[in-house]
Amino acid sequence: MLRVEGVTQVFGGITALEDVTFGVRKGEITGVIGPNGAGKTTLFNIITGLYSRTAGKVFLEERDISGFTPERLAPQGLVRTFQNIEMFGQMTVLENVLVGLHTRSRSGMISCAFKLPGHLREERRMREEALRWLEFCGIADLAGTTAGALPFGKCRLVEIARAMAVGPKILLMDEPAAGLNSRETSELDGLIRKIRANEVTVVLVEHDMELVMDICDSIVVLNLGRKLAEGTPRQIQENPEVIKAYLGEG
Amino acid sequence: MKRDYLLFLLFTLIVLVAPAAFKGGYLLNVLVFMGINTMLAVALNLLLGFAGQISLGHAAFFGLGAYISGILTATHGLNPWLTMLIAAVVVGILAFVLGFPILKLKGHYLAMATLGFGIIIYIVFNETVDTTGGPSGLTGIPNLKLGSLTFDGDMKNYYLIWVFTLVTMLLSINLAHSRIGRALRAIHDSEVASRVMGVNARLLKVQVFTLSAIISAVAGSLYAHTMTFISPASFGFNFSVELVTMVIIGGLGSIFGSFLGAALLTLLPEMLRVVQDYDIVVYGLLLILMTMFMPGGLVRGIPAAALALLAKMSGEKVRNAEG
Amino acid sequence: MDLFQQLTQYAFSGLSTGAIYALIGLGFAIIYNATGIINFAQGEFVMLGGMLTYFFLTVLKFPFPVAMTAAVLVSTAAGATFERLTIRPLKKPTPLSLVIITIGGSIFIRGIAMLIWGKDTHALPPFSGNEPLTIAGATILPQNLWIFGITVLVIAVNKFFFYYTINGKAMRACSYNRTAASLVGIDVRRMVLLSFAISSTLGSMAGIIIAPLTMTAYDVGIMLGLKGFCAAIIGGMSSGIGTVLGGLLLGLLESFGAGLISSGYKDAIAFIILLLILFIRPQGLFSKAQTERV
Repeated sequence: MLRVEGVTQVFGGITALEDVTFGVRKGEITGVIGPNGAGKTTLFNIITGLYSRTAGKVFLEERDISGFTPERLAPQGLVRTFQNIEMFGQMTVLENVLVGLHTRSRSGMISCAFKLPGHLREERRMREEALRWLEFCGIADLAGTTAGALPFGKCRLVEIARAMAVGPKILLMDEPAAGLNSRETSELDGLIRKIRANEVTVVLVEHDMELVMDICDSIVVLNLGRKLAEGTPRQIQENPEVIKAYLGEG
Repeated sequence: MKRDYLLFLLFTLIVLVAPAAFKGGYLLNVLVFMGINTMLAVALNLLLGFAGQISLGHAAFFGLGAYISGILTATHGLNPWLTMLIAAVVVGILAFVLGFPILKLKGHYLAMATLGFGIIIYIVFNETVDTTGGPSGLTGIPNLKLGSLTFDGDMKNYYLIWVFTLVTMLLSINLAHSRIGRALRAIHDSEVASRVMGVNARLLKVQVFTLSAIISAVAGSLYAHTMTFISPASFGFNFSVELVTMVIIGGLGSIFGSFLGAALLTLLPEMLRVVQDYDIVVYGLLLILMTMFMPGGLVRGIPAAALALLAKMSGEKVRNAEG
Repeated sequence: MDLFQQLTQYAFSGLSTGAIYALIGLGFAIIYNATGIINFAQGEFVMLGGMLTYFFLTVLKFPFPVAMTAAVLVSTAAGATFERLTIRPLKKPTPLSLVIITIGGSIFIRGIAMLIWGKDTHALPPFSGNEPLTIAGATILPQNLWIFGITVLVIAVNKFFFYYTINGKAMRACSYNRTAASLVGIDVRRMVLLSFAISSTLGSMAGIIIAPLTMTAYDVGIMLGLKGFCAAIIGGMSSGIGTVLGGLLLGLLESFGAGLISSGYKDAIAFIILLLILFIRPQGLFSKAQTERV
């Protein structure tokens, strides 16, 4: 589904990523883990088009998407969520999800300004679908609330609903469990499984090992900008290099 | 959303019958200006309030509309409606082309770039004396005509201007509640996230910039044909700042707020006529105080203040939901 | 005057105004580097320098040096007060609200100046007489030499302050990384205040040394401020030599442009340059290009 090949990223004098290559299989949940500074978020930012990488390629379903900007990636079916939750704080929860439907709708400036009939029909359809995604995440009751006023855990869910509304083939989540308590994390666990059941491939960057080992079908380990290991959770847990990277020598 | 449309209906009715209350004369003239200012403020609000892009040079688009329309009619005898269309198209193209490089900038840099653009245009107005008449201005601009009706008096101008202004307001309200309006507000709140959602932020910003410029140019053309005289002084940095003030005082992102801001700033010089020289000081103070104490503008500030007052009077403590 | 003499003439006058732009630009850069704010009111402190000197000199009849010193002190105090009253209490310092509040401040200060001193232009006496000197075939006034001299002095003091005093180093730390600076115990808020004070000092000094040449009035601040800002942009917002070079370059381009092409468009030159720089190389011509970690 997604393939990263030889990705290298250099910032000034620092090599954040060096020759990283791995693959993500369709329909699986893949975790990307590694100690702090390993380059996980940099990798994500490159895949999702926020940085232009120094070298290497990224393929989505064997199509070269290296260097595609985020707005080009969304219609291709690649969406991400953010570690710090980039909420549209001044808009309601429903409106946030409606923005997710932007690429699945077409009314332009003229159509919207003059309220042409096609636009009205589309609005209605969009609202129904947006509500469905809110229900999917269990927050339909928050539809009218201003996003900026919500507690952190709920904001996470809004972000996920919003991302799902785009209709992605693959969803990249940047530390979705960050800042969640254990109850919220187990709810997240269930939600991510539901997402996979909806035929969306998931890639997670995560620090919460319990969550990672529990739901991931496959794990990639990064350390100091290089790929250290790739395999099933079991294999990763038993890999001596991985243990050394996390716990240090002797 | 329904509330906005009801309010608009009410507003339209008031606008239509208002002249009867002010039987002609000076106040009607002020209301004509208020209409132009409202149109300009709403146009700027689309860019500033919705998309969150600072422009300190919008008077330039207003001036370009006025001069293009004025010169083509006064000097070359073209039909005023035609020149309005030409002005809209020319300014639209200019804004579109300028929009791409200028909207790559953000925050202070965008503010400065638009400021610089505005000043360059202002200098051009002043220096191209042969075409524009320079600092002494351009005279002899004909009125607009519709069949046998010539718009040459305050009453007729009032309705002419306000029809355009009401249409602008309605289209803007439509836009605000639509997919495009949401995309703009998303860009404002988090450009990164909006792009991840597939919003072509770069293009949309340029499009709204262009729309805003076109509306301002049409307002300029209307201004030229109702005043029949224009001079560069009306289109400088000071007026650009005034427009931004109107939008902010009224309330960013609120169409009706733009009217309130425009109304206040149109009436202010009239109210301060007695103490003429104090107007600059008052104006500066207004900007400072509004930014500090009522950042949401009058549209949110007045209801909030009223509620707070009511609550105090009934002796209860109001829990501030904004925290 | 032959072409060479003309060009030299333009060069001198360009360098002279350029030095003024440099001083004003440094004021912008210093505040920006310490706070991330563009102080639109900067030009008004330039105006205050000249106008207050005029006031102290002709109305209160202070001796010239005393009048100048008093003007600089009052302007510095005004700058600090401005920061305290309008910037510091701002709850939501978004770029837009900062732009608006500093514009509001500049309008307010200008308004007060107009109320107190009216709209007339006033001249300050030149520091050491009006006898023109001839250098390399071009005429320059002693005031131009004063401008160069004082600017060089200011730059030297500036460099010394930022690199050799504790406060200066603290301010530089703030500009590189505010959070880190506060974590090592630097009082960031005081640095902000200090940056406004220093900028007002620089601005008012610039206003005083140019006033004998170009007169002063309540509204000279606007253009001077904007051009000073252009200088800072060309210089990549550096608190040092970059902005100085930017100012000098701007002054030269303006002078040559006005002399060789057209004088009416002189003011437009600065803004066209501004737009070009912002479009093509927003980090300025004289800054070290940095790869930024987003």
